[in-house]
Amino acid sequence: MTRKFLSGDEAVAQGAWEAGCHVAAAYPGTPSTEILEALSTYKDVYCEWSTNEKVALEVALGASIAGARALATMKHVGLNVAADPLFSAAYIGAHGGLVIVTADDPGLHSSQNEQDNRYYGLMAKVPVLCPSDSQEAKDFTRRAFDISEEFDIPVIVRLTTRTAHSSSVVEAGERQARPGKGYEKQITKTMILPAFARVRHVDLEKRLDRVRAWNEASDLNRIEKGSKQRGVICDGVAYQYAREVFPDASFLKLGMVWPFPENLVRRFANTVDELVVIEEVDPFIETQVHALGIKATGKDKLPRTDELSPRVLRKALSGTVAPVEPEPDLPKRPPALCPGCPHTGIFWALQKQKLIIGGDIGCYTLGGLPPHSTMDTCIDMGASISAAHGCDKALGDTDPRRRVAVIGDSTFFHSGITGLINTVYNQSNVITIITDNRTTGMTGHQPHPGTGKTLMGKETTAIDPAEVARACGVKRILSVDPYQAKATRKQVREFLSEPGPAVIVSRRPCALLIKLRETPMQVDPAKCIGCKTCISLGCPALSFSDEKSHVNPNICVGCGMCADVCPKEAIAQMTKDEGQRTKSETGGAK
Amino acid sequence: MNILVSGVGGQGVILFSNIISDLALTAGLDVKKSEVHGMAQRGGSVTTHIRYAPKVFSPLIEEGTADVIVAFEMMEALRYIHFLGPNGRLIYDTHRIDPLPVSTGVVERPADEQLNQRLAVRAPNRRTVPAFETALKLGNARVQNTVMLGAISCFLEFPEEAYQQAITRLVKPKVVELNLKAFAAGRALCTSV
Repeated sequence: MTRKFLSGDEAVAQGAWEAGCHVAAAYPGTPSTEILEALSTYKDVYCEWSTNEKVALEVALGASIAGARALATMKHVGLNVAADPLFSAAYIGAHGGLVIVTADDPGLHSSQNEQDNRYYGLMAKVPVLCPSDSQEAKDFTRRAFDISEEFDIPVIVRLTTRTAHSSSVVEAGERQARPGKGYEKQITKTMILPAFARVRHVDLEKRLDRVRAWNEASDLNRIEKGSKQRGVICDGVAYQYAREVFPDASFLKLGMVWPFPENLVRRFANTVDELVVIEEVDPFIETQVHALGIKATGKDKLPRTDELSPRVLRKALSGTVAPVEPEPDLPKRPPALCPGCPHTGIFWALQKQKLIIGGDIGCYTLGGLPPHSTMDTCIDMGASISAAHGCDKALGDTDPRRRVAVIGDSTFFHSGITGLINTVYNQSNVITIITDNRTTGMTGHQPHPGTGKTLMGKETTAIDPAEVARACGVKRILSVDPYQAKATRKQVREFLSEPGPAVIVSRRPCALLIKLRETPMQVDPAKCIGCKTCISLGCPALSFSDEKSHVNPNICVGCGMCADVCPKEAIAQMTKDEGQRTKSETGGAK
Repeated sequence: MNILVSGVGGQGVILFSNIISDLALTAGLDVKKSEVHGMAQRGGSVTTHIRYAPKVFSPLIEEGTADVIVAFEMMEALRYIHFLGPNGRLIYDTHRIDPLPVSTGVVERPADEQLNQRLAVRAPNRRTVPAFETALKLGNARVQNTVMLGAISCFLEFPEEAYQQAITRLVKPKVVELNLKAFAAGRALCTSV
């Protein structure tokens, strides 16, 4: 045993490794990304970034069918993408242990919704484990593989942002020797045709009943005896908050929330005077408790939105909190595109045009905010193209605003290609812009099918989005370099005046990936006329005061877009000498 | 002990927090550290909560209970000031990084003096540390976080050597020396007065 300080994500990786997991697949998504990043540093586990979550789960299921212990990880909305194989996997079962990790995001720190994926367990009929800290994230993941194999069923481990991105102490163990069981042909199990699936469904109900019976006495759930007055039922990180706020209460901490351990809950409820269910977001446990005819306080007092915290619990349940309020009237600090971000150039080209722009999910979603304001929708991964197409079909010639889609390279491979084919097949007038920055930017620079690199660092075929578009039947394709902002704007505007379907590939590597120039840009105040053209780029290194633009040399990366768009040639690169002088005075460019 | 660290994406808040956590861990304590960094790289506000004690439950510090707030930027000091406990200590860098709405002129820039005054009202026990400036003098703005670490070391219970060992363990080998220097400079800032 070694003592490690791990985030919940890293702990899941440790647990999977200890369990003898052989194949792991994922698509990056906050707050789940670090699981596979961590697991890929261990020996003896094949890890990959799959093109999307559906693919990842199918890869893991295939590995399980082939007798290996397999893991698929994703953020909560990723499980929507992977829902199709999830439901099939429950019927098929797990030859090699099959574990699916979903990292939910109560509080929407970096997501489009707050969906509660415990419901997937109920709907798909699979067990759901909810760890409350890193130790449990490790232990539960390891146990999940055993449960999966013992009961021939996939198992979901549900993290939340607070368990995934909090670090705590973990007693780490050794890897179990788990040689693969190999593939045994059994088509009545692995081909869920109606005739076979009918039988598998009956079997699934039995398997789930067996897990339920097991869960009644499982050590994954724990009663902590305290005062008789208040009994708390909770799961996940809510346990940590509740334990802190109500140190004297009795606790039933559920580790496996589905299938629901009804008798255990009944027994616990009988030992306390007042029962409270404390859980984040939806009343998942509470609904089950009420269904047993047991009275409990829960979402009548606690919020259904946002994450919980000690203060939220105190306020809702004890009514007494210290009167502390945040400072009012402080300028917000919204996330912004980085200095030198190539998206800046393409958004500048799209500004102030008559367009309806379907947006997508990635750093470039920030293009919807001022000063760019070049996006109308953000729905889910890949929706930019299909939603712009729907918009186009609805409006036809009745609206002069051109329908455009903006999608990143990784998102395009994830689920944009089917939408693009749809625009060709169904004769859409949509222009699709692929912002190809050669990486998965938002989640921290994971490689993807366009990069020529795999998660495990191997060289591979780099797939060119423009070639994909051509193969999808797109006839008109334009490639631009967004750093040539003025030229890009001219080309894009001309291109937009012709009918679709068509594709623009705006290609430049993410500014955080490569070192640009040695010296930052500078504004010549004598030449600057204060027209704010450069400011409209929305670069955080540019500011405007005293009727002039200014460059912050501490963060400018010298991409030169501001110089390119300046109508008066007032912005130029510093010379090496100037750069060094500035560096010694202000810290210089990064 | 509840320590809240705040700053702007790119300032080294996470590494700073990792070092503090490592110190507590090495001292045999239970430690929890919580961070939100989904969009941190995009110049947003970054905070971490560090809690250490014989046993820690919640990974989040409750508002009004932080023993120490360390802020790498003045506006970010004020943004989380409601976490400070009644006897809590605020240590902050007077360095400013304007958020985009301010730098593009959409929102008015609050004056330094005004921010300092507001901080004084809410944090009677406070200390400014010119960490960014000190880091520049050392030749690299990026060691602002280690200067801050030196400053806070005067107020935490861990021995000086423990910091030096943690720095040596956790920063990249080629910048260890610079970081040790930055630590010493930060520590001098708080011991000399």
